[in-house]
Amino acid sequence: MIATTQKNIPRLRDLLIQFLLIGAISFGGGIIAYERLLLVDKRKWLTADEFMAYLAISQTMPGLNSVNLAVLTGDFLRGTIGSVVAVAGLILPGSVFVLGIGILYSTHTNHPMANVILAGIAAAATGLLTAITVRIGSGHWRQLKSVLIITATFLLMSVGKLSLPWVLLIMAPMALYLYRPSKS
Amino acid sequence: MGLLIQLSWSFALLSILAVGGGTAVLPEMQSILQHQFGIGHTQFVHMYSIGQLSPGPNMLMVLIIGYQIAGVAGATAVLFSFFLPSSILCLYVGRLWVRLGESPWRRAVQNALEPISIGLMGSGVYAVAKGSIVSPLTAILALISLGIILRTQINPVIVIVLSGVIGAGVALYL
Repeated sequence: MIATTQKNIPRLRDLLIQFLLIGAISFGGGIIAYERLLLVDKRKWLTADEFMAYLAISQTMPGLNSVNLAVLTGDFLRGTIGSVVAVAGLILPGSVFVLGIGILYSTHTNHPMANVILAGIAAAATGLLTAITVRIGSGHWRQLKSVLIITATFLLMSVGKLSLPWVLLIMAPMALYLYRPSKS
Repeated sequence: MGLLIQLSWSFALLSILAVGGGTAVLPEMQSILQHQFGIGHTQFVHMYSIGQLSPGPNMLMVLIIGYQIAGVAGATAVLFSFFLPSSILCLYVGRLWVRLGESPWRRAVQNALEPISIGLMGSGVYAVAKGSIVSPLTAILALISLGIILRTQINPVIVIVLSGVIGAGVALYL
């Protein structure tokens, strides 16, 4: 149970502005860290324990962790409207930015210079995605159970070319069984 | 209109299936876009990559895909269909969870999903690498970027931009 101590209740406008700030400055990732900085350290809207509890739920539910966290903390602070405001703030600046590059991209796709720049960008983005995967997986490479699940999932998806719903339907029950809570 | 509905449906499904974060659905997204919307592998990887330059959640690049397929209406449709279903689910399940309290099963579900999502991210790396590692130069740039990002605290956006500049420089002067 998440303890409900006296909480600071933010104004909706303040909630929006703070999440807009995170959405605008979080170049290169690390949003969860920014969210923690805002919610726990800067404004003290949540205690560290509350934050960790919501983060755990965010990571368990489908969807982006940073967005789920905004949904849950927005709801905790100001109800459904708080969720809407927090998520809108988080994704609005990046959406405008990304739409801008999207328009640039589709008008310059066939430019020869665009293609060589894109090749370099894509190569580095692959490096980044690999680095993120290695980092997230860091605690798992030495556990047999994890390695088995990781390998089986990869093989079903990339070699077996099964669609994602099938992969999840096969892997989720197996993984849940392996990680079921112990009776002790 | 039919195209927008098809687009929304595809991204809503991806939204609900995104266990452990957005990158887990990259391989599925790539194959749906290729088979249903005629977006080639290289084009997908390019859109994914430039999307990494933006601030905010790392999957906002889906807007570029929506824009490419159906203009501003497509981008809007994708924005709502990719972010709304998982958010609504999280809102209601989250409330239920808080009311029920911490159960050993929440931890079990998280533990079980984590290696699955790492496996899916591995497939994502594979899918993106197939479209991006197309020459010795791109292989070198990818490896150097990986090394720098793993070993230093440098902002990945800087690495990505520099890699683009180097790619262009090599093409111009060699």
